[in-house]
This record gives sequence, structure tokens and C-alpha cells, in this order.
Amino acid sequence: MQIHDILKERILVLDGAMGTMIQRHALTEADFKGDRFKDHPYLLKGNNDLLSITRPDIIKDIHRQYLAAGADILETNTFSSTTIAQADYHLESIAYELNYQSAKIAKDVAIEFTRKDPSKPRFVAGAMGPTNRTLSLSPDVNNPGYRAITFDQLKEAYKEQAKGLIEGGSDLLLVETIFDTLNAKACLFAIQELYEEIGKELPIMVSGTITDASGRTLSGQTTDAFLISVSHVPLLSVGLNCALGAKQLRPYLQILNEQAPFFVSAYPNAGLPNEFGHYDQTPDEMAAQIEEFLKEGLVNIVGGCCGTTPEHIKKIAIVASKFKPRAVDGRLSMAITE
Amino acid sequence: MSNLLSTIDYRPLQLSGLESVVLSTDSNFVNIGERTNVTGSAKFLKLIKEDTFDEALTVALDQVRGGAQVIDVNMDEGMLDSKAAMVKFLNLMAVEPEIAKIPVMIDSSKWEVIEAGLKCIQGKGIVNSISMKGGVEEFKRQAKLVKRYGAATVVMAFDEDGQADTYQRRIDICKRAYDILVNEVGFPPQDIIFDPNIFPVATGIDEHRNYALDFFKATKWIRTNLPHAHVSGGVSNVSFSFRGNQKVREAMHSAFLYHAIKEGMDMGIVNPTMLEVYDEIPKDLLERVEDVLLNRREDATERLLEFAETVKGSAKKKEVDDEWRKGTVEERITHSLVKGIIDFIDADTEEARLKYGRPLHVIEGPLMAGMNVVGDLFGAGKMFLPQVVKSARVMKKSVAYLTPFLEEEKRLSGKEEKAAAKILLATVKGDVHDIGKNIVGVVLACNNYTVVDLGVMVPAEKILEAARREKVDVIGLSGLITPSLDEMVHFAKEMEHEKMDLPLLIGGATTSRIHTAVKIDTVYSGPVMHVLDASRSVPVVSELLNPDTRDNFHAKFKAEYSAMRKDHESRQELKNYIPLSVARENRTRIDWSAITFKKPTFTGRKEFVKYPLREIRKYIDWTPFFQTWMLAGRYPGIFKDSVVGVEAKKLFDEANKMLDEIVSKESLQANGVVAFYDAVNTGDDVDLVNENGTFATFHFLRQQNKKAQNLPNFCLADFVSSKQGKDHFGMFAVTAGIGLEKLVARHKANHDDYSEIMAKALADRLAEAFAECLHEKVRKELWGYESNESLTAEQLIKEEYNGIRPAPGYPACPDHTEKKLLFELLDAEKVGITLTESYAMYPGASVSGFYFSNPQSKYFGLGKIEKDQVIDYAKRKGMSVEGGV
Repeated sequence: MQIHDILKERILVLDGAMGTMIQRHALTEADFKGDRFKDHPYLLKGNNDLLSITRPDIIKDIHRQYLAAGADILETNTFSSTTIAQADYHLESIAYELNYQSAKIAKDVAIEFTRKDPSKPRFVAGAMGPTNRTLSLSPDVNNPGYRAITFDQLKEAYKEQAKGLIEGGSDLLLVETIFDTLNAKACLFAIQELYEEIGKELPIMVSGTITDASGRTLSGQTTDAFLISVSHVPLLSVGLNCALGAKQLRPYLQILNEQAPFFVSAYPNAGLPNEFGHYDQTPDEMAAQIEEFLKEGLVNIVGGCCGTTPEHIKKIAIVASKFKPRAVDGRLSMAITE
Repeated sequence: MSNLLSTIDYRPLQLSGLESVVLSTDSNFVNIGERTNVTGSAKFLKLIKEDTFDEALTVALDQVRGGAQVIDVNMDEGMLDSKAAMVKFLNLMAVEPEIAKIPVMIDSSKWEVIEAGLKCIQGKGIVNSISMKGGVEEFKRQAKLVKRYGAATVVMAFDEDGQADTYQRRIDICKRAYDILVNEVGFPPQDIIFDPNIFPVATGIDEHRNYALDFFKATKWIRTNLPHAHVSGGVSNVSFSFRGNQKVREAMHSAFLYHAIKEGMDMGIVNPTMLEVYDEIPKDLLERVEDVLLNRREDATERLLEFAETVKGSAKKKEVDDEWRKGTVEERITHSLVKGIIDFIDADTEEARLKYGRPLHVIEGPLMAGMNVVGDLFGAGKMFLPQVVKSARVMKKSVAYLTPFLEEEKRLSGKEEKAAAKILLATVKGDVHDIGKNIVGVVLACNNYTVVDLGVMVPAEKILEAARREKVDVIGLSGLITPSLDEMVHFAKEMEHEKMDLPLLIGGATTSRIHTAVKIDTVYSGPVMHVLDASRSVPVVSELLNPDTRDNFHAKFKAEYSAMRKDHESRQELKNYIPLSVARENRTRIDWSAITFKKPTFTGRKEFVKYPLREIRKYIDWTPFFQTWMLAGRYPGIFKDSVVGVEAKKLFDEANKMLDEIVSKESLQANGVVAFYDAVNTGDDVDLVNENGTFATFHFLRQQNKKAQNLPNFCLADFVSSKQGKDHFGMFAVTAGIGLEKLVARHKANHDDYSEIMAKALADRLAEAFAECLHEKVRKELWGYESNESLTAEQLIKEEYNGIRPAPGYPACPDHTEKKLLFELLDAEKVGITLTESYAMYPGASVSGFYFSNPQSKYFGLGKIEKDQVIDYAKRKGMSVEGGV
């Protein structure tokens, strides 16, 4: 069964945070470096994506926990696996390998679970993060016309990432945590170019990030402007993640619900960070807030971002099973009620 | 993936900067800002060449502020590194939020410049342009990339053989390009904007005679035959042969646009300062211009050239005439007030403050002097309300500027200044309508009264309390719905009870002199006055407050009202009324055998959420809009009125500008709900029935005045059949006021009464238009009893259709309390419309009513009813007699 068909029937659940789960293991520099990078002259602790190569056992275990909790879609451990983001660790050279390995690990676990219960197929979404550079903003306040990266550089980096993700076995691509739409457009451009070259297309999910209560992305776009700016690609879904909790996300999901001709996704943080910067919303609290927008029929895919754990996903999956997915239609919503 | 898209109606052209701009295929003309174009603006070219990009950015900003919906950027100049200049300018624009909010048109004849530009914009912009000039393969390659970068594109009517210059060539090329784009490249058709080439006319060359005409024809053909595609063009080309003759050029541009838009051109690059108002082109010039554009005469070119000689040099001065800035500060302030110019008022106020020493002296001196001029001109009918409201905006801005200085002075002296007379204004409890009240407030403020405005839905206690606390001199009450009349009576009684003697002014649409005389003047011994409209408020207030005239004026009014009461009583006796039983005998005769009953397409309710405003605005009846602004005349004839015509047109244009913004930003939301039920007449009532029998009953009233022969005593229930299982009954509630509060708050914060009143008046018009639009949909589709109807907007306004939609609270069914059941059945709260305790709808810009489909159904005025019907009606409704009508 194709994911499109399943999405028409039920709400699919995306997994939760990777970082929060990795932290539970209290890993050392040696864990991150493993044998292979023990002579690497730079610190690698904190390069979570690298664990797909150096500690695949941990990553696989996290994936298993999420699938056991009821997630339908796994995100690969590749949020920062572009040459641009890996430059911080001087590991640009292994970008392709990171993506390939991460996809492969996730796919193995997904297949394992699908075999156990073929009525609930599990999917792997190749995660493509925003990188740490922006195409629409200048990092230099005195030189507003300056840009730290070009469209073409970003496009090449994303193309390499997408190639690794696809060849490693991803079922979908997920362009996520978009705070600058132009970065996302470069990514989407790369993906389309690659699809043409390899003669194969995977469904694409896009997820933007509304950074604060202004209702705009970091680069200044409103939710509806963001939607229009990425709608030239026939997406599987468009949605929002990160930065906000479920409650704060709701008004922007309503906009997507009204206007998006695609499926809609949402994977918020576990509430807003507390005074120590930690996310402390409990699974029950978060699921209750998510239930609010499931009731309204706003989304087709739900999951968790920063601070969420398999316990959160378990509660979310239970709630999600109780509601019908959002129906996909045009801009004008016209409901018939008797 | 693609199968998902194919099921979706994807038609409107959607663009974005930081914000979205959505143009549906039937949207109004979109003006593209063109000043940031080095080929069109010498000033901009100079700024770019000298590398003064900061200043170049202000050119872009001016255009956004001037209302451009899309901004064109062009750097094609031989001496420039076009690609570098494009990238630099777009990157700078991207970080200026006010500029970046609108979509960008990347304009270049070089593909490499276009592609570099596409890599700089995060929103969805427009490429200007691509064409088949370099062959089909290159065209396809570029189109594919434009799509991949996520932009729309202008397509020039150009192919391997050159630019299309005849009708046939234009449509052949556009058709070919369209087919390639849609079928081979998969380009969304709504993202295609054709430019079928605007060429100069009146060049003296015979082949050019049909250039404009062919453009119009091609435009029409494209809009008819190439679904969802748009048409654009650079308008100033057409007048190229008249360079140096602004007057002729301006006339040509606007006449050209007039005809092109009529044929479907919906976008264009136009310099708004080089455009005459079509209606203002002198008749003789217009005739000659149109002769040329439409190729109507052999000698058209010669005649226009001849005429051009006579008007040479007398170009219309569109640039702001700065001569008045040379006057004294007093003269400048007066000029700003009279003309409603806001730009210099802060600077002039500061200058006056320094000159006069104290802020209060500025208010009492030059500001009052200026407002007196405004007041005199208004009184003499030489200025009109919209202008006065703009003057008030300038006045308010000046006072706002002075306020901190006034406070500071007060703090230092510790003394209170003796303020001007204070007028308290409020819309009474249960009522939300306030346009009229706000206008009165502005007019009074313009005449140096301090206005304390308590807003809407204000209970009597709160008004009384505020009157005491603020030590006001006059209280003014406003209300639009009939229950407000009772609330006003109640308030007058309270004033009497509290032994107040302040003058009480009564205003608002349902108020009248006769009601004031009979019901209010009799319960309050202080001065009560009905004020017909805002322009009357100033003389009334000034007479009431002047100690020399006060007593006489009061006595005069009391006497007048007393006479009206006597007259009213004697009339009551003259009119003949018949008993209810007799009136019922004389019910509307309807030949039911000749009626074909049509079953609505659904039973129960159906919601319409976020109904497209673009659709609704087509149904606007503008005549009442002008009435709101106290400009008398019917639309569109009002524009030709020798007294108010010019102001009416200006107001109309500004209204449409605001409407464009409301529509494109979706700052108002229109929601509605319609319901149909099986219905049966039971005398003067209509029962709604389902399989379990009657579940709801609407009660109506019957005329009781004695009628001439063959005229029935109407009751709305007569229009529903008394046979079980035959007839149906509909109802609706709509609003266009969702979002209005937010919109108005912005104008309030800017002291901009004009825009505030405008926004409210437009919301009201949209609500009425929505009711009209939905009624048509009901007749043609939802109920479907007139599926073949085809009427013009004017015919709709004249109600040339079958069936009616009377509203509870209006003459045919004046009982507001029926709204309760109506709203329950509609569950109108679900779409955001609620009822106040006085049965006023909230938001105020809402309309509700019943649908009757019977071809004989008609509107009528109930008139006065007798006690027997009051008792009967109260019994049917289960109400006490006092609670009745």
C-alpha cells in the first residue's frame, strides 16, 4: 500500500527527538570517535549524526524504541549530515557516507517491524536539516547585502545528502526545520535535479519552523507565504515542527489546513523550554494538546520534536488512532453539517 | 505524487514575498511597481551607477508604500554588470521587511541575470520574461528551471521569426507557447502571464494602425481560450510617439488600460503618476485618443497630432505642488487641514509651538483657525464629509504631537486648563453599530468640542456614570436597530430619575423626530433633540450650549415636539384599521395549483466559511455606501453629479483601494450559513416539520390597515403553502465583519478616523453583498428554483428575481425576537455570528433573514397593528403582551 493511500485512511505518527535519547546514554568523546576517527584532530563529541557510523547499536535501539511506541515513520539520524554542517567538525568528506549509513540503519529496523506486522508498514524519512547558514539573511549587521553561502553551494550539499539518503534506502525525504525558505528552495531544487538524473522519485515532506509568536519564520515569512513559496513542488506533505509547543502551533496549522493542497504534518516540541532550557511537558500533557488539533481535523501526520521521547510518541499514537485524518481539498473549505 | 495534485483545483495565481498575494483569475488589475527599473527610470539608473544602493532602496520602499502589489526590478543597462547589480539589490531588498513583504518580478532580457535573481528570492516571484525567441528547446529549458525555482513567468509573444505584431501572430504564438508549457513542461497554467506586446500607435506608419486594437483582441482571445493564463504588458509603450506631451500620453495610457482591462488584461507595468482618470479625460481628447486606439477613422492619427499641438506643454501637474510650502506657518497649517495633507503637519506644528510659546495657543490659534475654514467650507457645501474626516485626521495628528507638551505644562503648573465643551457619545446597550456615531464624533471634534466616545453596547448606568465623572455638557446616543429605540427611552427615564438636566441628543438610522417627540421627549424634562445627520450636530450643540440661545432653543424644540405629538394622535384616529379576523380573511391569494414546488438540494444547514471576498465584492451595491458618507446620489450616476461627483469618485477609488487590500490580505473574513426545512403554513405562522412532526415555528404579523379593493392584508406566512409535504422554507445568516476589530484597531492607533470609518462602511457593504451573492446561489443552486436565472448586478439590486429574503427587524417582520429561533436553527455561532441581548447581530457587519421562493412573495411594510393582534401574537409566541412588539 502506498503511503498516500494510508494517509487518506489514518493519521500517521512520526517518531520523536533523537538528541534527547542520545543524551540518556551519557556518551564520551571516545564513543563518538570510535576506532575509525580516534586520530581525528578535532573534537567530535556532540556530532550526533556521526554515531550512525561509530555507535550504530545506539541509533538502532532508539529507532526500535520509537517503532515499538507506535511510530509509523522514522526520521534518519541525518539532521546535520551535509558538507556544510559537518564542516564544523572537519568531516565534510564523509557526508555521503553518513547519509547512506543512517538511512540503511533506519531501513533495517523499519523492515524488521513491518515483517512483524505487515498491516502497519513502517517508513523511513530521510531527514534534511536547514544547515547553519542562511541564504536570506546577512550574518554581518554592517553589510546587509552579504551572504555567508550561495544558493549553488547549498544546492550541491543537499544533492549529495539526498543521494546518500535515497541509496541508503529511504522511503521519503523530509526537508525540515526550515527557518529560511530560500534554503528550503535550494534543497527542493537539488532534490528535483537529482530525481531527474536518477529517474526515480520519492515522496517529499516539507516542514517549516515558526520561530516565535509573531507567526513568522526566522526569515520573516508568514505561514501562508511559506506555503506558497514551496508549493511549486508536488509535495506529499507540508507542515510545521520545532520552536513551539503543540498549543502554540495550532493557529498556524489552521492556516495550513485551510490552504494546503497537500497532507499536513506537525511535530512540535515537548512544550516551551523552561527556565533551564529543558523541555518538561509530560507525555500526557503533550498528547492532550495534540488531541486539540486532531479533533479539529487539522493534520495527517503527527510526531514530536525537541524534548520528546518514546513515552511521548506512545501517548500521541494512542490519541492519533482515535481521530480521522484531515481531508485534503482546495483553499475554500465548505463543510456540510446536518 | 502527481495524482494528488490532479485532484486539486489549483487555479489562482499565488505569489509571495514575506506575505502572500493571491490573484484569482477574476481579480482586479494588479499594478506592478516599475520605478526600480534602470531602463524606465533615469533616477534609479543614476543611483545604481553611483553605487548608492541605500537610496535606491528608498525608491523600492516608495513603491510599496504607494500600493504596488508586485515590484519589478530591472538592471539591464549596457554600462552595468547587470547580474551583480541584480543580486546585490535583491539581497538588500530581502532584509528590508517592508519591501520584502511583496513579491518580486525579476525583469531582464538576459537569462543569466534572471537565474541569478531567482537564487535570491525566498518567496514566489515572477520572471519577466521568457519566450520562444531562441527556439523551442531553450524556451522549454528556461520554463522548466523557472518552475523548479518556484516562480511564475511572463511569456512574451515572440518566436523564432520575431515579435508578434498582428492579432493572428499574437494568438498563434501564445497558443503554441501555452501548449508547450502546459503539456510538455508541466507548467501550471495559472502561473503563465502572457505579454502580447504593446507597441506605439499613431506613428504615422500604416502597419501600426491596428497595434492597440490587435492587443485588445488578442487579450480577449487569450483569456477566453487559454484557461487560467493571465495577460500583462508595459503600457507606456503605446504613447511613445507623443514623448514630451504628458497630457496626451496620460490620456492614452488610461484609455488603453480601460479597454485592455475590459478585455481581460489583469496585470501591467504602469507608472501611476503618468495616468489620467479615464472619466476626467476631456471629451474631445478622449474621442481622438480612442479613434487611434480602436482605429476608428482614416485620419485618426492626424487628428490626434493636431490636437496634441494645442495642448502641448499644458501637462497635468501630477507632481506635488510645493508652492504652498512657502507660506507662513499659519497658512501652511490651514492648507494641510483643508487639503487633508498629513505629511508636514508634525514639522509645522513644532514650528508653530516654538512661535506661539505654548502648545495650547497653537490649538486655539492656527489649528482652530484652520478648522474654522474647514467648518465654513463644509457648512457652505464646498467640502464633503470624506474630506472633513481627512481634515480631522490631520488635526488629530497635530494634537497628538502637542499632547506631551500639554502634559508637561500641566505637570509644571499643577493647574487644570478649562477644557472646551465635552460631548459624550455612545451606542446604546445591545447595539453594535457605530459608523454614524463616529462621524458625528469627528465632526464635533473638528469644531473644537472634546468628544468622549464610550463605544458600542454601552449600558445606561455606564453612560450616566461617565457623564458625571467626565463632567460632560451633552450626551449623544446612537443606535441602528429598533430595540435600541426602547433602550433610548429607558435611558431618558433614567436621566429623569437621576434629576439630570443635560441635553440629550438622539441619532441613528432607525431614530426619527416622531419617535423622539412621542416616546423620549415625554419621559425626560431636560432638552431632547433628534439630530438628523452629522452635519446638523454642530449647530444643534452650539445653540444648546450657548447661554444666550440655550433656553429659547430648548423651548422651541419642546413646542415643536409637542405639536408633532398632537398631529400624530389625530392621524391615528383618521387611519382605519380592521380586526385581525377580517384581515386574515383578506390574506394574499395565491393560485397554488400553478406553483411547481422545488425541493432544496439539502435539508438542514450548510456553512460557508471564508467565502472568497473577490466573489462577494462584485455584488456590492454602492449607493448606500455614498449615503453613509452623506453624499447624495445613486451609483454610478453620482460621479457625474456637478456638486459631489468629484468627491464621490475620489471616495470610491479610495474605497476600492482599501477593498483591494482587504481582499488580497484577507483581513476580513466572510462566513455564512444557510438552512432549508420542509415547511407548512398554519395561518400566520410557518411550521418547520421533519419525520417526527413540527419541530419549530416562526411567527409572523399581518397588516391590519384597511386596504383598497383587491389589495390583500399581507403576512409573510401567506407565501408558504398550507399543504403538508409540499413547500420549503429557507433561512440564512452572513457576516463580513470577522477581523474588522483588528483592522480598525490599527487605524485607531494612527488616529485615522477616515480609514476606520471606511473599513467599517466597507465591511457593512460586503455583508450586504454577501447576502445578495448567497441569495443568488440559493436560487440557482442550493434551492435551485431558478436554475436558469441570469441577471446583471443592477438587476440584482433592483430585485428583479423571484423570491425574497426579508430580515427580522425590518418592515415586513419587525419583531427582532424571531432572530433567536432563526439563530438556533442556523447555529450561526458556529460561523462566528452571535446575538446581543437586544437581538443585534455581532459582528455588526452581518445580515440574516428568511428565504421565500414563491414568485408572488414580496416585501411590504407591516404598518401599525391593533391590540387584538398583539394579544394573539403574544399568545402564539408564549410571551407576555409587554414583551411583544
